[in-house]
Amino acid sequence: MASFGNAFSSSIGKKLIMGITGLFLISFLLVHCFINALIYVNDGGLTFNMGAHFMGTNWIIRAMEVVLFAGLLAHIIQGFRLVLQNQAARPVKYAVTNGAANSKWYSRSMGLLGTLLLIFLIVHINKFWVMSRFTGIPTTDANGNHDLFAVMVETFKDPLLVVLYVLAMVSLAYHLLHGFSSAFQTLGWNHKKYTPIIKSVGIWYSIIISLLFASMPIAMYLGLIK
Amino acid sequence: MSTGNMNLTLKVWRQKNTKAKGGLVDYKLSEISPDMSFLEMFDVLNEQLISKGDEPVVFDHDCREGICGACSMYIDGRPHGPKDRVTTCQLHMRSFKDGDTIVVEPWRAKAFPVIKDLTVDRSAFDRVIAAGGFISVNTGNAQDANNLPIPKVQADSAFEAAACIGCGACVATCKNASAMLFVSAKISQLAQLPQGQPERYRRVQSMVAQMDAEGFGNCTNTGACEAECPKGISLENIARMNRDFYSAKFVSEEDI
Repeated sequence: MASFGNAFSSSIGKKLIMGITGLFLISFLLVHCFINALIYVNDGGLTFNMGAHFMGTNWIIRAMEVVLFAGLLAHIIQGFRLVLQNQAARPVKYAVTNGAANSKWYSRSMGLLGTLLLIFLIVHINKFWVMSRFTGIPTTDANGNHDLFAVMVETFKDPLLVVLYVLAMVSLAYHLLHGFSSAFQTLGWNHKKYTPIIKSVGIWYSIIISLLFASMPIAMYLGLIK
Repeated sequence: MSTGNMNLTLKVWRQKNTKAKGGLVDYKLSEISPDMSFLEMFDVLNEQLISKGDEPVVFDHDCREGICGACSMYIDGRPHGPKDRVTTCQLHMRSFKDGDTIVVEPWRAKAFPVIKDLTVDRSAFDRVIAAGGFISVNTGNAQDANNLPIPKVQADSAFEAAACIGCGACVATCKNASAMLFVSAKISQLAQLPQGQPERYRRVQSMVAQMDAEGFGNCTNTGACEAECPKGISLENIARMNRDFYSAKFVSEEDI
C-alpha cells in the first residue's frame, strides 16, 4: 500500500477499516437473518433447509464466505487495536467522569459489546458452522437436504444456550445502535438531509434484526416451531 | 439559584511538575458569592493559600470572557463544568448548590501533559496548526468586501467552524482523548472558502499526520466532543475532514 501513503495506518484510515467492515457485516446479518427466518414458514424446516443448502453449495456464496471471515477478522483485530491505542492516549485516568452527560453508554462501550459478541460467535460458529462445513450434518430431510433445522431444534433444547443467544442479541442491538450510523459518519456521509434518515434506519435495523434473531431460539425452545 | 453566600468543598488536583505524582487535595471554602465565576472562586482560594504561606493552585486563564480558550478545568467529570456551551471562566457559582463538593482535575491526555496542578501543555494543538492550518498567500491590501462571491450558507458554515477557540475540551471529554473535533474545525474553516482551496488536500494530510504523531486517540464517534464543546462545533466537521482525507489519499496523486 506504499502508493497510498499512510492512508490505512492513520487514525482516519483505521476508522475507515472499522466502518467498511462494519457495514459489510451489517449486510451479511441481513442475509443471515432472512435465511434463518425461513424457519417461520413452519414446515418442519423444509424451506429453511433449502435455503441452507443454497448457502452451502452456491459458489458465489462460498467465495463470499471467505471474504466474510476476512472482514470479520479485520473488524475484530482492528477493534482490539483501537481499544488499546485509545486507552494509551489517556495514561492517567480521571478520578471523576460523567460520560452520561454527553454520550450514550453503548457508544462508549463498543469494545466491551464487541468482545461479548466475539465470545458468542465462538460458541455459535462451533455449534453450527463447523458442523455444516466439516463434521457433517447427521440427518437429511424429506427433500434430501441436510437437516440443519433438526440441529437447531436439538441445540435450542438447552435453556442455557437460549439465554446465551438472547443476551448476545441484546449486545448486538446496542453494538449496531451505535455502529450503523457511526459507520456512515466515518465514511464522511454526514448530511443535513440524509443523516436523520440514516439514523432512523439504523435504529430500526438494530432493533428488528436483533429481535428476529433472538426470537428464533426462544420460539424453538417453547416448541412454537416444529 | 442561590442568593446567599455558599460553603463549598473543593477536591483539586495538585501536581508539582510533569514528572511528579499528583493527587486530589481537599479545600474548604466559605463565603463564596453565587455571582462569582468559577475562576474568581479559585482566585479566592489562592488568596487564602498565599496568606497561609501555601503554594497557590496553578491554572490557565486569560480573557475571562469565554473567547480565548485558555481556561481548562475538568469539573465534576465534565470539561468546563456542568453547563453547556460555556467555558470555565463563564461558569458561575450559582450553577452549584451550597454545601457541594466539587472535583476539579486538569485535562487528561497523553498529548496534554500536566505542567503543574491544573495547567496542561496544549502546544500539541499549536503544532497541528503549524502543520497546515493556514493559507500561503501574500495578503496585500484589503480587498473589496464582495470581491470573492461566497454563498451565505458556506460562509456561515466556515464561520461556525472558525468559532473553535482551541481550548481542548473535546480531547478532555473524549474517552479516546481524540483531537478530531479540533483538527476538523481548523480544516473546515479553510476548506469551505476559496482561499483555502489551493492547499486543501495537502493541509488535511499534514494536519492529520501531525495529530496522529502527537499521540491523540482515534475517534469512535461517541459525540461527547460536540456535546461538551463550549462553541458548539459540530460533528459535521469531522465527516468533512474524513471526506477530504479520503479524497487526498485515494484521488489526489500527491501524498504527504
